Formats: sequence, C-alpha cells, structure tokens
Amino acid sequence: MNKRMLQKTGTFLLLKSIRMATLLIAICFISFLLIKNSPIDPIRAYIGADMLKVGPEQREKIAAYWGLDEPLMVQFFNWGSSLLAGDLGTSMIFRRPVSEIIQERFMNSLILMITAWVISGVLGFVLGVVAAMKKGTWIDRIIKWYCFTLASTPTFWMGLLTLIVFAVWLGWFPVGLGVPAGVLAQDVTLAERIHHLILPALTLSILGVANVALHTRQKLIDVLASDYVLFARAKGEKGFPLFWKHGLRNVALPAITLQFAAFSELFGGAVLAEQVFSYPGLGQATVEAGLRGDVPLLLGLVIFSTLFVFVGNLLADIVTYLVDPRTREGKSL
Amino acid sequence: MRQAIQTDRLALNRRHWMIFFTIFAAVFLALVVIGGTFLNPERIATNFQEKNLAPSLHHLFGTDWLGRDMFSRTVMGLSLSIKVGLIGAIGSTFIAVSLGMIAATMGKAADRIVSWLIDLFLSVPHLVALILIAFTLGGGFKGVVFGLMLTHWPSLARVIRAEVMQVRSSEYVKISKRMGKSSVWIAAHHIFPHLLPQMIIGFLLLFPHVILHEAAVTFIGLGLSPHEPAIGVILSESMKYLSSGMWWLAFFPGLSLLLIVRIFDWVGENIRILADPTKAHE
Repeated sequence: MNKRMLQKTGTFLLLKSIRMATLLIAICFISFLLIKNSPIDPIRAYIGADMLKVGPEQREKIAAYWGLDEPLMVQFFNWGSSLLAGDLGTSMIFRRPVSEIIQERFMNSLILMITAWVISGVLGFVLGVVAAMKKGTWIDRIIKWYCFTLASTPTFWMGLLTLIVFAVWLGWFPVGLGVPAGVLAQDVTLAERIHHLILPALTLSILGVANVALHTRQKLIDVLASDYVLFARAKGEKGFPLFWKHGLRNVALPAITLQFAAFSELFGGAVLAEQVFSYPGLGQATVEAGLRGDVPLLLGLVIFSTLFVFVGNLLADIVTYLVDPRTREGKSL
Repeated sequence: MRQAIQTDRLALNRRHWMIFFTIFAAVFLALVVIGGTFLNPERIATNFQEKNLAPSLHHLFGTDWLGRDMFSRTVMGLSLSIKVGLIGAIGSTFIAVSLGMIAATMGKAADRIVSWLIDLFLSVPHLVALILIAFTLGGGFKGVVFGLMLTHWPSLARVIRAEVMQVRSSEYVKISKRMGKSSVWIAAHHIFPHLLPQMIIGFLLLFPHVILHEAAVTFIGLGLSPHEPAIGVILSESMKYLSSGMWWLAFFPGLSLLLIVRIFDWVGENIRILADPTKAHE
C-alpha cells in the first residue's frame, strides 16, 4: 500500500465516522425523546409491585435522586455525558449496570450470530453459484423456489419447527435455555454451550441463505453472459474450472459485501430466534426490556444495535474498497 | 409464469395465464379476509369436551387446550394480520411518496435531509426500531400500526425519489414548462401518472414485510393484545404446549401465514412484470 492510498483510505474512514457520529447522536436523541414520552412511569417500573407501600414523598425523593424533576434537555445532557463516559445506567430488571449486561449478552449473541452468518453465507453462495451454473434446469428452479419461500417464512415459526422436530420429536436438544438449568454459570462446559447453540444457529442459517443465494445467482448469470466468458467457452473451458478461473473473483466480492450489510437483519433474526429458544443473548434482553419497561437497558440496546449495524456497513465498505481496485480509481467516497 | 411454459398448445398465452393466476390469487386473499371477518365467533368458543384434539376432518387444524377450533382461529388471525398489514403498508407508502416527492422537487437541502432521514431509519435494526416505537406507544394495536408505518418507507422513498427526478428531467416536461404550464399542472399531468404504478407496486411489495413484522412483534409480546386472534399470539401461546407434543398448534397457523405472505409477494411480483411490457416476456 503506497502513501497516497493510505491517505485516501484514512479520509474515507474519517468521513464515514463523522457520518456515523451524526446519525448516532440523532438516534440517541430520538430514542431518548421517544422513551421520555412513553406512558411508562420509570418510578412505577422501578418499584413494581410495592407501589402501594411507597408514599408521595418517597416518590419525589426517587425522582430527585434520578434527576427526573429536571427539564428534558438537562436530563438528556446528563444522560448523554454519562453515556460518553461509558456509563449506560443501571438495568431495572437485572439490578446491574447496563454495560455489564450488554457485554455479557453480546458474547452469547456474537457466537450465535457469527455461526449463523458464516454458515448462511457459505451455503447461500454455493447455492447461488450452483443455480447460476445450471440456469434454467430443475436444480435452478428448486433453489429459486426455495429462496423465495424462505423470504416469506416467519423466523420465529422456523424456530418453532426446528424445536418441534429436533427437541420434542427426536429429543436431541433441550427445549430451552442457553445453559443447562441448575448449573452455575462458570461450570458450564464448552460442549454444553455448543449443544444449546445449535438449534438457534440452525434456524438463523436456514433463513439467512435466501438473500445471498439470489444475489449471487443473478451476479453470476451476468458474468456468464460476458464476452470474456464467451471467449473462455470458445477455448473449450467449461464447468467448475470455468467458474473457478473467471466466475469466483467476480461474484465473491458482492456476496461478501451483501453479507456484511445484512447485519441489521441478522440482529432482527437473532432477537426472534433467541426468544423462541430462550437463549440468553442481546435479542432476548431487548424483548425483556421492552416488555417490562426497563428504560436504561432498552436505550442501551438500541444504541448498541445501531453501532453493530454500523460496524457491519463499515466493514462492507472497507472490504469493497480494499479488495476491488475499481472503486479506488474514481473520486474518493 | 413458470407453469405457463408448457401451455403453448392452449389458446391462452403466458401473459393471459399470468393475469388469470394473479386474479385467482387475489380473490383467494380477499376470501380469507372476508371469511375471517364474518366467521361465527362461536367457532372459537371454549369447549372442554373437544380439547387437545389432533387435526382431523372435523377440526382441520386440530383444537387447542381450551377446545377452540384452530382452523377458525387461524383464518381470523390471518384476516386480522392482512388488515393490520394493509393499514401499515398504506401508511408507509404514503410517507414514502411524500418524502420521495419532497426530496426530488424541493431543492438540494430537502434532498439532503430526506437522504439523512432514510439513513437514520436504516441504521437501527428494523425489529429493534419496531420494539422501540411499540414500547413508546404502550404496545397494542396503535403501537404496532405506527411502528409498521414508520419503519417500512425508506426503500420505497428512494425508488420514488429516483423516479420523480427522472421524469422531471425528461424532455417533454421541459417542453411543457417552456409552454407555460404551471408546476401543479405538470405534477398532476406528467409526474403523477408515472408515479402511480410505482406506488401500487411498491405498496404490494411492502405488504409481505409488513405482515411478517406485525406477526413478529406480536409474537414477542409487544404487538396486538393477547385477546386478539392474531397469528403472533397463537404461535407464542403454542410454545407452552409444544413440549407436550401438540405440534399442530404451531405448524398450521405458521404455514398459513407463510402461504399468505408468499401469495402476496407473488401477486406483487406478477403485477410488476405485467406493468412493465419489456419484462413480460422473461
């Protein structure tokens, strides 16, 4: 990498980061406003069932302690400045710092999402390539039909189906929980973790295939219609060697980019899969926070998931930028 | 369209077949909505004499732990889902068209703001945005409908914006302007007719997403109230009974939802192809 290119890459990253920062601030502000205007009373949500035992004076004290009696903008800046310092507040349902919960849950979710991400990416790519190489045959039609059907399948229903088949009928897997019940968190072995990971990962992998497969198929069909492939065919190349020499490079990049850009859907899928399999990840925490009115946790999760999606998009951009020389030639992005 | 390849012998061509099948599918969807609306509520009344029955001819989808007929519950749920989806998709299309028009016609600043808004909405995972909005509005029908409306417009807004820009820069619009037509007249006579098919097709292609998201939000408990016969409610209730082997509680309602969404998608795709003569022969 020469100096000029390094410089260009630096500018590119800087511009992306500035854009992200404005979006993130806006997301923080909007979510804060939305939640402030929600009908959930934070004090009521905090105290829960003991509401009757708490008098109005005590309520006022709690409000003052949390700064709930201050003007809205002051509250936002208080919250924002502690956010910048890395303090996301304390979760009401877990009674622990939000950042701690997100960290712990993220590790669980990350394993799940990465597994599903890799499997669906590879499988989708292979399916797309096979469909395109055999365009118009029954294999192509089946793959296409399968992908279109997957796109209409509710994620949580697919989760329920795998649960019925593998956990209830075959009894291979436990019906729920990310770790075995009655075992301390530090005593859970790797094998047990993997055992509980398989079904949610399988669900997400089956569904994640469609997008990459259809996209790769279309892309490869375009490539196969090009002049250089026509020339290669005229020289007698065909089948797998033809794909390996002329197709792979041209279709791998769009597929990788697409997979990175799909982090948003991956997160959404994980929310549903974790809910079905009671897998203790970020998605389940989001649902819990929403259902039980845990405002600090929900805000933290919204911001964290936004960051997650942004990292995905950024990686997609960087990969395209670094791997494909054509995108560097024109103006900087 | 695929079925039609072998039918050259018949008098109808592929286009005819496609129109025929599309109308057939649309009628089927309408029947589900009407059926669900006018189905006798007695059919899902509690009946302990017939509880936990596996699917049979009498109860096509079986019965649940309260003896309610699952087929009737499913049809009612689908009908409700389609109605909620309809409101959500119409709202989203409306937002998309308004913002797309604003971006394309009201200058550079407006364009920047709209693009920024689109980026903003795409930067939060869709389901998380839905949860946030549903939570803010206190869940229930209002929460879901607003959540669906406010989160599905960005992609269509981009399409509309590009379309308006293209039409605006075309020669006949420029000539029309030179001939002294007002911008309202141009919008009504030149731009809107071009936009109408885009709007209808965009709406039809949004629909499946809206229905799936409605079911997902309801499933996790932040959507329609548990008293409604929604598919999301049926499926989330069924989770408690799966371990006792009552697979039909989850299997058929979910499969029906899949079918409805698939048919909608197919109808939308067909109409898109039919509306575009250059693609009709693919």
